Amino acid sequence: MAAWLAGAISPLRRNPQLVTGLVIILILVIMGPVGMLLVDPKGAKVGTAIPDLPPSAEYPLGTDTHGRNLLPVMLLGTPQTIKIGLLSGAIGLGVGIILGFVAGYVGGVVDNIIKGAADVLLTVPGLLLLVVIAITVKGTVTVNMMAVVVSILAWMWPTRTIRSQVLTLREREFVRMAKLGGMKGPEIIVQELVPNLLPYLASSFVGAVASGILASIGLEALGLGPQNEPTLGMTIFWALRYTAVLRGLWWWWGPPIVIIVLTFMGLFLISAGLDQIANPRLRRLT
Amino acid sequence: MNGNVLQVEDLRVYYPTRAGSVKAVDGVTLNLAAGERLGLVGESGCGKSTMALSLLRMIKSPGRIEGGRILLDGVDLTLFSTDEMRKIRLSKISLIPQGAMNSLNPVMRVKNQIIDGMRTHRPELTRQELDERVGETLDLVGLEREVTMMYPHELSGGMKQRVCVAIAISLRPKVIVADEPTSALDVIVQKQVMETIEELHEQLGAAVILIGHDMGLMAQFAERLAVMYAGRLVEVGPIREVFHGPLHPYTQLLISSVPLLDEKGSFRGIPGITPSLLNVPPGCNFHPRCPQAKEICSERVPSLVEMAPNRWVACHRGEV
Amino acid sequence: MTALLELRNVTKIYTRGTFKRSGTVALDHVSLSAGSETPTIVSLAGESGSGKTTMGLLLLGFLLPTEGQIMYQGTDLRQLSASGWELFRRNVQAIFQDPFAVYNPFYPVDHILSVPIAKFGLAKSRAEAREKMEQALVGVGLRPEETLGRYPHELSGGQLQRVTVARALLLRPRILVADEPVSMVDASLRATILDSLRKLNRELGISILYITHDLTTAYHISDSIVVLYQGSMVEAGQVDPVIKAPRHPYTQLLVASIPWPDPDHKWQSAWKIGDRREGPAKVAAGCKFAPRCPLAMPMCTQAFPPFYQVEANHAVACYLYRDSPILPMDALSQAFSTGSALGSIPSPP
Repeated sequence: MAAWLAGAISPLRRNPQLVTGLVIILILVIMGPVGMLLVDPKGAKVGTAIPDLPPSAEYPLGTDTHGRNLLPVMLLGTPQTIKIGLLSGAIGLGVGIILGFVAGYVGGVVDNIIKGAADVLLTVPGLLLLVVIAITVKGTVTVNMMAVVVSILAWMWPTRTIRSQVLTLREREFVRMAKLGGMKGPEIIVQELVPNLLPYLASSFVGAVASGILASIGLEALGLGPQNEPTLGMTIFWALRYTAVLRGLWWWWGPPIVIIVLTFMGLFLISAGLDQIANPRLRRLT
Repeated sequence: MNGNVLQVEDLRVYYPTRAGSVKAVDGVTLNLAAGERLGLVGESGCGKSTMALSLLRMIKSPGRIEGGRILLDGVDLTLFSTDEMRKIRLSKISLIPQGAMNSLNPVMRVKNQIIDGMRTHRPELTRQELDERVGETLDLVGLEREVTMMYPHELSGGMKQRVCVAIAISLRPKVIVADEPTSALDVIVQKQVMETIEELHEQLGAAVILIGHDMGLMAQFAERLAVMYAGRLVEVGPIREVFHGPLHPYTQLLISSVPLLDEKGSFRGIPGITPSLLNVPPGCNFHPRCPQAKEICSERVPSLVEMAPNRWVACHRGEV
Repeated sequence: MTALLELRNVTKIYTRGTFKRSGTVALDHVSLSAGSETPTIVSLAGESGSGKTTMGLLLLGFLLPTEGQIMYQGTDLRQLSASGWELFRRNVQAIFQDPFAVYNPFYPVDHILSVPIAKFGLAKSRAEAREKMEQALVGVGLRPEETLGRYPHELSGGQLQRVTVARALLLRPRILVADEPVSMVDASLRATILDSLRKLNRELGISILYITHDLTTAYHISDSIVVLYQGSMVEAGQVDPVIKAPRHPYTQLLVASIPWPDPDHKWQSAWKIGDRREGPAKVAAGCKFAPRCPLAMPMCTQAFPPFYQVEANHAVACYLYRDSPILPMDALSQAFSTGSALGSIPSPP
């Protein structure tokens, strides 16, 4: 086991994509707590500064129409958005793992039910569903609730792909050997199949996080997000609401977009890096 | 110009990796006479497939030809540009690759796959002439004309392989390199395909190099046999002489490891493991497993020496 | 005497689609028994599409038959209790064709040995387990210090296959199903592995079912042989008469196609047979080989020929031998048992 880990870590040095991606995401996540040590968080609240100021020494990212200092807004909001992504990704993957393994390994009627449910939900227009759900939710929406709402749509794809991986693995001869060795179904899933799928599960997770973030930003930009939290999507919403584009307040809508782009670049690099580990043919020879 | 259509001189093909250089072909010298049937036999990992690909300059980077010459009709192929190489591939020297039947295009009819190569080399041929040639080629490989309009999935394994042979001979090359052409086929179909190759060898007069690990196939098909081990040739000679009087210890052990349908339980294994081409033993690469190894064997690489007329062996035992 | 493991009139059809309309008949009314008092080595020989791999999977309980039964110690596998199933698993083991595929790349090769030791309670302590593993590896000619703790990609195909044989040595099953154990192994290593298999049989009394397409190795290792063609058994008996003097036209063709490793013994130009097109066997009734058989007669396409006993230890399913006595279906199970020499066949009615 330790040797396997060592074998997995040394490719990291040969895997600049994975490392770069991880570094980017790490920075974006740490930005918040670290930033709070340097900047006054109260600046993110409404009415603490003169509105519509362009970037200056005092306000490095300027201020918005509500009088918020945009630098603490970005520092606070980015980790929130990523948190939504991570939470919904985790829920989506968790459900996906359970359903995917069960469907793939057990087969038969159970498989048909799970597969059918996933397929049906996959065809439903996601954003529409989320909008309906978000509107129905009474009271103030918090970041955690956003994560749960978004994760309703995050489990189908992992379920489908994990199921197909399990289907191929199930017929592999080392599974047959395990059966001949006296292992039973659940043991085989946990001991034989899951370890082989770890890189695959990791990249599924990254995919789920990415789509979670995208979905949450989409909802927030429409105004259906947590109104009192300065997440990236809400910032964009307010910027659009107050016609920041037409008024030339680029420091308001610019930084969220830059950060969103960076986030997705980071996630993509991680996923490409994981792909290199999982698929030995992609590894560089020299 | 001697009667050799192909002359390989001290060929070296290496694959550089992080862990070192994989010496797939390490100084191989071999001649092929016009119209000859040569067998190149060796176990897996000995470099014979790399040999096959390098004859057609199809080695994929990072592997490269590090040294030596490949003379086709006296002209050195290692100096050719990509374009020049493309012109002689299929027309002068062609390859029947391993697992060829899986490399047929599943959405193209057989006829079009054969025409594909011909058209590139002979653009002046009309549709009718091309069709006629396809028909003739299929006849040579023993397939019925109706196969031309079929798709690969409608054919059996043996038929697909014969289509691959047809593609390889479509331009009547002088040298055909067959890299394990029957490895995935059943034994009855294998015989059919080998007999096909033998027949068209007689009709076309092309030289054929059969590369493989099956000594039985070599005995049935080849006139001369070259034995390869860990990137180097260890023995070359007329097939009967090599089979009935092998001179190199590896050849001797190899022959005795092939079971005959005679006395039961009479075949032996070869102790030890084939060395990885990354880490070839010093001196003679067979010496760790050789029952007759002497001290000099771990020090100096034996060169391929003509021990008897047309009998070449790379072994220190012959020396005193 | 009840054989340990039996196929009784088994047919296996792989169906396509949710409704069982079209299907490939992999096995057609086949009977076989294995593991009687005298443990022997039986070869199941055939080309691709013959059904030999399917037979192996059925015997190992990985597939369910479409018709017929698979019996372990007289009980149908489908009716086996949990403890019965455990015994079944304990006593019927396998070696597969691809040396690498049986190893989970996540674990070192010890995993394949330690799992059954734990599951079947073969050792009382870690030390004892370790000792057993080392003994088994030494028994197949491997060095434990160079093998245990290594990952599959660090060893060669030949070494991995030997570890799989060591596993059988350790478990001492009653029956070992070996599906093409040496076809993906280098020629120089084949003899060693086959020798180990023979040792398992002679010294430990393990019955071996050797599934192969290679008649030569079958000849060397087995006592009796069954030849399969497109899901049906066409010839069976002791390995010497069947291979040295085959009676069925298909077996004759098969033997004649073996490339002899002797330049002075070239292929005879046997009769040319037609190409076999891809697709499910179109033969509805009758002998499956008839469309390609140069000696086919009209009766061959009417019904599948029964087994005719041409010698004491040699039977052929071919109308060419209809003058010989018929071997009835239920006697068939016992006649091809790996236990008895085929001499003790009950005289037909």
